Amino acid sequence: MMKKKCDKCDKPATIHLTEIIDGQKIEKHLCEDCAEAEGITIKANIPISQLLEDFVLQTVGEEEVSTAAVTCDVCGMTFSEFREHGQLGCPNDYEAFHEQLLPMLARAQDGNTQHVGKAPRRAGVAQQKQIAILRLRSRLKQAISAEQYERAADLRDQIKRIETAEPERASE
Amino acid sequence: MTLSDLTQRTSEWLRGVGPMHDVVISSRVRLARNLAGMPFLRKCTPPQQQEITDRLREVILSANLAEGVFYVDVAAAGTLDRALLAERHLISRQHADAKHPRGVVISGDETVSIMINEEDHVRMQVLRSGMQMHDAFEKINRIDDQLEQRVDFAFSDRYGYLTACPTNVGTGLRVSVMLHLPALRLTGELDKAVHAARDMRLAIRGLYGEGTDAKGDFFQISNQITLGRAEEDIVEEFLTQIVPEILNYERKAREALLKHNRVEIDDKIFRALALLRSARRLASEEMMALLSLLRLGINLQRIDGIDLKTVNELFLLGQPAHVQKIHALRGGQEGPAATLPADERDEIRAEFLRRRLTEP
Repeated sequence: MMKKKCDKCDKPATIHLTEIIDGQKIEKHLCEDCAEAEGITIKANIPISQLLEDFVLQTVGEEEVSTAAVTCDVCGMTFSEFREHGQLGCPNDYEAFHEQLLPMLARAQDGNTQHVGKAPRRAGVAQQKQIAILRLRSRLKQAISAEQYERAADLRDQIKRIETAEPERASE
Repeated sequence: MTLSDLTQRTSEWLRGVGPMHDVVISSRVRLARNLAGMPFLRKCTPPQQQEITDRLREVILSANLAEGVFYVDVAAAGTLDRALLAERHLISRQHADAKHPRGVVISGDETVSIMINEEDHVRMQVLRSGMQMHDAFEKINRIDDQLEQRVDFAFSDRYGYLTACPTNVGTGLRVSVMLHLPALRLTGELDKAVHAARDMRLAIRGLYGEGTDAKGDFFQISNQITLGRAEEDIVEEFLTQIVPEILNYERKAREALLKHNRVEIDDKIFRALALLRSARRLASEEMMALLSLLRLGINLQRIDGIDLKTVNELFLLGQPAHVQKIHALRGGQEGPAATLPADERDEIRAEFLRRRLTEP
């Protein structure tokens, strides 16, 4: 990812601001010196988690670069890809991006991060099984694109076996 | 059932009945679900998308969910048919415009529609006329139960039903009402309603949902919180807190108009009726504005002899794809939506409305 340069000079920008003026979004990228010259001071007492939460959809220095690279090992989705399109790649992303999603969820869902509503009447394919199937499907996809048809057939059988296995019944 | 048949009849939700029908045109409840063990749409290969479409079509059609259900292969449907479905709120505009394998199962009375491969694998909705949220919710919940006996949906104990976009996660439930708020606009108090809704963390959109402007007098209001609340609570909160408040604003504004500006409001209403009865060209936006005034006139009992159902129907039948489809069925040329020039469409629309509003 390209690091942004300061709007005023050529130094790397470390301070990123988004201002809404008359409904117009204006982004500023400044280095510390130019920010100070503009009279912008950064309060040191804001916890970093708060900063991340506030800027989770924007680029915030180097910390964000590592966040953006977090990848789901089941579907191959990266967190930056999710941020760009707003859609996750597979159910396992909720685990893979757990740390990054949590503050976003809390913000979008009025602080709620725990489901309390309806649950499937039957347990169906248990969570771990769901992920196992997903993983097999992603291997299957790779096998097909690599033209490894024997392996693909084997993977298909494995998926079928798990899917048709007797579901565990939920305790009523 | 063919799509052409749809233009010959009216959806249940347009009947202009149901509680609070003077302001609430329709209530809608939808659930978002995804098949367990399948990637979300974005990471599906085209064969996987086809597999999902085929499997869900079979599952949904065999579940006996409602009377007279039929399936439309949206990917294979023409531009005009897709636009027609979107105008009838049976599919979303995004679903109409997408390119991947997808479809929709629709009940005979059009109150139930289940989109396959929209943003999530399954987007099911129940649409009812007036304020019938409880009925709509009970129905969708039953449909969900029936489907869950046949397929497993992606679910986690922590996050609930897992959806492609985290803004739907948990219950996957979106409840919304379509409101007609002409008096609030006329009295310049629309902001009141908009603020009340935003304060309650509700979304306000235009007639056709996501991505459409809230312009004119028709608004769709929906919940945004889907996680951390039980379904029943989401419905209840929506019904008892927000809708009555906005309803109250609108009804008060209507009373105020009648009390203080009777001649002015009558003038607007009867001019609208006169235009609808004599115009030779009507663009759809103008039609919407005029029909809105007509609807207000009926609700304020200023106009006799035209019922709400007729006006609600005209709103739908006057939409661009409907105008074109009706024209085609009467022997005109049927082609892709773009082939009929806009002013020709405006002529057909004007003629159609004129006839419907002048015939005894």
